[in-house]
Amino acid sequence: MNTGFDVERIRKDFPVLSRELPGGRPLVYLDSGNSAQKPTQVIDVMREHLAMHYSNVGRAMHALGAESTEAYENARDKVAAFIGAPSRDEVVFTKNASEALNLVAYGFGNPTNDDPRFRLGPGDEIVISEMEHHSNIVPWQLLAQRTGATLKWFSVTDEGRLDLSNLEELVTERTKIVSIVHQSNVLGTVNPVAEVLARVRQVGALMMLDASQSVPHQQVDVAALGVDFLAFTGHKVVGPSGIGVLWGRGELLEAMPPFMGGGEMIEAVWMDHSTYAPAPHKFEAGTPPIVEAIGLGAAVDYLSAIGMDAIVQHERELTGYALGALGEVPGLRVIGPESLDRRGGTVSFTLEGIHPHDVGQILDDNFGVAVRVGHHCARPLHLRFGIPATTRASFYLYNTPAEIDALVRGLHHVQKVFA
Amino acid sequence: MIAESMYQELILEHYKHPQGRGLRDPYDAEVHHVNPTCGDEITLRVKLGDGGKVEDVSYDGQGCSISQAAASVLHELTAGSTVDETLAVVEEFTRLMQSRGQVEADEDVLGDAVAFAGVAKFPARVKCALLAWMAYKDAVVRSST
Ligand SMILES: Cc1ncc(COP(=O)(O)O)c(C=O)c1O
Repeated sequence: MNTGFDVERIRKDFPVLSRELPGGRPLVYLDSGNSAQKPTQVIDVMREHLAMHYSNVGRAMHALGAESTEAYENARDKVAAFIGAPSRDEVVFTKNASEALNLVAYGFGNPTNDDPRFRLGPGDEIVISEMEHHSNIVPWQLLAQRTGATLKWFSVTDEGRLDLSNLEELVTERTKIVSIVHQSNVLGTVNPVAEVLARVRQVGALMMLDASQSVPHQQVDVAALGVDFLAFTGHKVVGPSGIGVLWGRGELLEAMPPFMGGGEMIEAVWMDHSTYAPAPHKFEAGTPPIVEAIGLGAAVDYLSAIGMDAIVQHERELTGYALGALGEVPGLRVIGPESLDRRGGTVSFTLEGIHPHDVGQILDDNFGVAVRVGHHCARPLHLRFGIPATTRASFYLYNTPAEIDALVRGLHHVQKVFA
Repeated sequence: MIAESMYQELILEHYKHPQGRGLRDPYDAEVHHVNPTCGDEITLRVKLGDGGKVEDVSYDGQGCSISQAAASVLHELTAGSTVDETLAVVEEFTRLMQSRGQVEADEDVLGDAVAFAGVAKFPARVKCALLAWMAYKDAVVRSST
């Protein structure tokens, strides 16, 4: 590789990658799609803040309060820059991507919100897809149940692509919101946002992207994408768990009702009513995950310093290598695109006659290879493919071809056990 | 290589050649149990005869080797026994599975089911081993009421 990207140097940033598992097994971590490991740069920033600067934010009139508030709000600036947000006030800190998705769903069909764009009731429609994570399904099901609106679904093709052949019948004048995943956490598929968005704009609906699996792996620019809302989660971008992000267009956030009430989200409180702080604080009730937000700021700094382009290139090479190597394992079926075209470094597969739980158990226990097995919180997608579960290997900036070799060796061994 | 010890030859043999698989008529009760964390599922039927004899346990389902082999072993153990005898085995099997590997398996009671002793060390897999056995217990209760 001649991009200046040195995976061995990067691996040294992640302390866990050099630990041994019980029994002297090396760790082969191929589960970053589930949650990414953390570099020293993030751990140190969080430790330093906890040790030397910690205090509550936004309300403490002393030196530590000022330092903590500044660090917390700085993290917002960093995240805003990282995703190309036109304004820092459009970046809302949440607990995770799930909360960000629920927050937006809560804004629709809500009696306290009379903005016509958010009005939702019987006859109105919400559109999602069969490849969604449960986090981008259940909030919309709940919304449909609350309001009597109808939930509709994009299908997925056999190749694992969003089926846009009925785009015009699916997204219509009745549609109020379309919410789809940017990059699938199972298939690896990267969805054609522009094509869907063009139709969404034609019918005057809003569009949300679940970018939980794209923000960690490619340069995501919300302004260039042109959607209305975008959610992602800190723990998958080498940041800590407990912090997520909702980005929303300023005028929409302004029109939306608060999701939770509490301290810091208000302007003034009387006994009979309250007025609210402007976004983003309107959506950040109570003491936020302070150190987690600061850790997320350090995480996006870390990724930016390496360069998202270099990360994309590295993962592309790994994915190409993995698709080739896995393709030679007899009885292995990849669920998702088998070419590098519009796909990321997540490869899910089945092994004929062997249940994924058995695959995962033997890979872990004999080879220290950590993969995810099951339905990966995307049960409708697995039903679509007529399978109960898959084994998923997901790659990140710190993975190497040798780790993919270890996976393949492990799979051959699994097949021997079950032969 | 602890997992190797979980995948006992006997378990693999039952997984590859399940005994008594397939749903059969007649039956007194049918139950459907799922393991929501991993999606394993089983449909199980029980037919009881005179004198508390178990005439047939038939089942169908999908899941990992542990859950499927456990159903097959259960089928073999119940054939020709009385309900009371089988429930004693279910009890001992449950105790073994919930022991986190800390108790000795009683082979006299368990028979072939003793092969699952290694599973008890993997808390995530205990539910797989118990799926069919819990379904059986449920079906027996339902067929005698
Ligand atoms: C595509 C996708 N959406 C949403 C989520 C939910 O993220 P979180 O659990 O952090 O809210 C995940 C990760 O689990 C994901 O992969």
